[in-house]
Amino acid sequence: MECQECHQRKATVHLTQVINGQKTEVHVCEHCAKDKGYMSYGEENFSLSNLLSGLFHSESPSTFKGKQAHTQQQTPQLQCPTCGMTYQEFARIGKFGCGNCYETFDERLNPVLRRVHSGNTTHDGKIPKREGGHLHLKRELDEHKSNLRQLIEQEEFEQAAKVRDKIRTLESRIHEGEDGEQ
Amino acid sequence: MSLQQFMNEALSPWMKQDGPDSDIVLSSRIRLARNFSSSPFPLIASDETLEKVLDFFKEEYKGQSFRDYKGFEIVQMNDLEPVEKRVLVEKHLISPHLAEKPEHSAALISENEQVSIMINEEDHIRLQLYFPGFQLDKALEQASQLDDWLEEKINYAFDEKRGYLTACPTNVGTGMRASVMMHLPALSMTQQINRMTPAINQLGLVVRGIYGEGSEALGNIYQISNQITLGKSEQDIVEDLHSVVKQLIDQERRAREALISRSGVQLEDRIFRSYGVLKHSRIIESKEAAKCLSDLRLGIDLKLIDDIPRTILNELMILTQPGFLQQYAKASLNPDERDVRRASLIRERLQLENEE
Ligand SMILES: [Zn+2]
Ligand SMILES: [Zn+2]
Repeated sequence: MECQECHQRKATVHLTQVINGQKTEVHVCEHCAKDKGYMSYGEENFSLSNLLSGLFHSESPSTFKGKQAHTQQQTPQLQCPTCGMTYQEFARIGKFGCGNCYETFDERLNPVLRRVHSGNTTHDGKIPKREGGHLHLKRELDEHKSNLRQLIEQEEFEQAAKVRDKIRTLESRIHEGEDGEQ
Repeated sequence: MSLQQFMNEALSPWMKQDGPDSDIVLSSRIRLARNFSSSPFPLIASDETLEKVLDFFKEEYKGQSFRDYKGFEIVQMNDLEPVEKRVLVEKHLISPHLAEKPEHSAALISENEQVSIMINEEDHIRLQLYFPGFQLDKALEQASQLDDWLEEKINYAFDEKRGYLTACPTNVGTGMRASVMMHLPALSMTQQINRMTPAINQLGLVVRGIYGEGSEALGNIYQISNQITLGKSEQDIVEDLHSVVKQLIDQERRAREALISRSGVQLEDRIFRSYGVLKHSRIIESKEAAKCLSDLRLGIDLKLIDDIPRTILNELMILTQPGFLQQYAKASLNPDERDVRRASLIRERLQLENEE
């Protein structure tokens, strides 16, 4: 069977469309299926990016301040120096161009992330082994510090002294690590 | 040749094993999104960059093994016929998105098909690991080890504040999507699942049908997964999902018991009628096939039917998708031809069981 769109390639995609209760069969090639938008497997990707760009628009200041006033001056060109993506593009497609976009658009990301991740804006999970190098130590350090505060409140000074020593060792290791990296 | 293996069997080798709570949970999956720190994400990357990423995987991982996951094979989308891509999507070895962008994209699949690492999907790397039954903890542990294995050679895009950086802000942080595939016939029949869904959503989890469109879940098969990837640890995300799935399992078991005690004969009648349809029909649409297969599987779980293995639901759900049907027919089929082919395939498959 030939493709009913291009009449050139073989039809490999067969679909039943229902428009206004009318069933029609569609036989197209993969190329045309994609082109004419027949090929959607109903996965999360598409709807999510739609949802996202919706979020950005409702985040724009014009919705809660005077409608006209802000549309002009609210367009400073934030552009990622690494991949060239502008904030406007990002807001339109809902996807970043590269890792560095996160840094570039940083100040505007919190509201977006908060909406998507139930109020969360910072990572609290796994740290890569190599890449994360001294971050592991930093996290350990944070834990010791809060532990130390608790011990002092509970007036357990002997324990506290031990923890304080651990903190000093860790701090110097982190310091060396950072020097070493340069 | 390995591609042939991936194409021929509807059930991946790991699917043939039973896992914990296999009467309700079909499989557990962990998916991790990762990117190279130095390259633009696939959406805007140049052909050269994408090719470099792909070549790196070919050179470093083709034929490699990691623990139980042996003989990684690279399957390049460019080399596949449309119907072959469809089959891989139907087996959940690749995502529809990967199938739609053939240039420079591939999947690195382990021999047992438990691990599939998609290359140049929306992110450079999408690692997914499956386990049979309800085994989220184990899946997380091993996915994390596979992740460490990759990280030995790859500098990941990672930021102290935002975590693993991904193309879409919905994946940033852990980059992790944990999901569980469940067969919930009793909760569906009694409409309870619809009433429970809003509460589950409130917990930051998503419930959706795997087959079918919109809110309908063909075959009463549902996927429960986490929505939030940022601000919670992988363990916490998995724990939250775990506790909700545990409750769903309990509710489903209770609903099944209630159905039996309230309307045992009606339920039995429904199950055996469906069995009859599957055994004897000459034309069957995917929707009807899914309903009957779900009933049959329930009959097996309730020990009303004992000469058919449990895996029949999974196997025939996959086998009777358009891609597989056409792969078997070695021809492209229109919908009517597919319904005929589907009916005969199911008949033959059940026949096979009765002979053994
Ligand atoms: Zn065409
Ligand atoms: Zn960028």
